[in-house]
Amino acid sequence: MTEAFTPPTRFAVPGRIAVGAGTGNQWQTATLTGIRRETPRAASFRLAVPGWAGHLPGQHLMLQLSAPDGYTAQRHYSLASAPDDSGHIELTLDRVDGGEVSGWFHSEARPGDRVDVRGPVSGFFAWPGDRAALLIGAGSGVVPLMSMVRHHRARGLSVPLRLLVSARSPAELIYAREYGAETTPVFTRSGPPGAPVGRMTAAHLAPLLDDGPPGGWEAYVCGSNAFAEHASRLLVAAGQPVDRIRIERFG
Amino acid sequence: MNVTRGFSGRPRVHNPGLPPGQYDARDDWPVLSAEVTPDLSPADWTFRIDGLVEEPRTWDWATAHELPASVHEGDIHCVTGWSKFGVRFAGVSLDAFWERVRPLPSATHVVAYAHTGYTTNLPLADLRDGRAWIAWEYDGRPLPAEHGGPARLLVPHLYFWKSAKWIAGLRLLDHDEPGFWERNGYHARGNPWAEQRYSGD
Repeated sequence: MTEAFTPPTRFAVPGRIAVGAGTGNQWQTATLTGIRRETPRAASFRLAVPGWAGHLPGQHLMLQLSAPDGYTAQRHYSLASAPDDSGHIELTLDRVDGGEVSGWFHSEARPGDRVDVRGPVSGFFAWPGDRAALLIGAGSGVVPLMSMVRHHRARGLSVPLRLLVSARSPAELIYAREYGAETTPVFTRSGPPGAPVGRMTAAHLAPLLDDGPPGGWEAYVCGSNAFAEHASRLLVAAGQPVDRIRIERFG
Repeated sequence: MNVTRGFSGRPRVHNPGLPPGQYDARDDWPVLSAEVTPDLSPADWTFRIDGLVEEPRTWDWATAHELPASVHEGDIHCVTGWSKFGVRFAGVSLDAFWERVRPLPSATHVVAYAHTGYTTNLPLADLRDGRAWIAWEYDGRPLPAEHGGPARLLVPHLYFWKSAKWIAGLRLLDHDEPGFWERNGYHARGNPWAEQRYSGD
């Protein structure tokens, strides 16, 4: 075996974990066990998956709905839950206008329904809890980041973790009641009385980057492409190395 | 496979151009890159082919544009599930590059790499005989940076993560070597019609 080819530039960050051959290629039955409303447009769906191999915060899965005529619809969704050995996982889904799969979840789904899942998939955006992590998300882009926050909390990790989360308004802030001192919300349209309103700026990042942990942050950015472009440019402008920025864009 | 109670899917007509598990993204063109979009101007763009070739070469924006122009119209398919029909790219067929570097008979695979450091692997055969391009225009306009401009690899018969954005070079090898997503659990080849999404499919 020759050594793996290394390109002359190293901007793209390597995967965080090795993913073994065959990971995620088995469809498994997932049974819906609970639905929890998060915001008027988003709800969390708890699924029992007895054969679930476990996951790392930040990973996603592929989910499939099947119609009686054999038609199937598949979507990738980030895992919202921390790995907890319970045989259950959680997803948080926005209701997408005209959404074929999210529409079913928000309008039809009820406990006991069965769907097919395969995963976890991809080690790139995964955070095992070993490095200081600066998490930046918008809208439902906070979902894989919340898996990291929950993991951090559940394991009592001491590695620094901070979350900047952008939402249009407090009512649309997913997981609002779960955040603690690690989180700074940014409201773009309307906020609590007296709070500033507007999009995320360099001023939100500066205190975090100026006073970062020894060795700096591993940055995880998740949201729409427009948000990911904006947030990653702010990070680069503030001095965060490009090879320590991981981006997951919601297409 | 579980038939999903209450799910019938969206109204549909059978579309023979749609690979299994894909849906028609219509006017959408989602952006799914893992890295920060680079600031790469045409003046800074270079494209190199080396490894198992008779004559390694590097092109810049001007010399690449001296090669015979080629337009590709067809469909593209992303592993995340969307397909996009009837897209039109302009650039140069890779065959024009192969004529000039002349791959050695021992070359079987290619590592494509981007100016960002992103890599992806392909069998050499998938990049020959009119099936792959270096593309710099989309729909008659310069390719936007977020879609890989100023120039990207275009291999439309494979899942689109193989069509490396911000293409910087191709290295020809006598063995297969996984790239960025392939090391993260994705399939070595990625044929949409065989649903080669993940390692082991």
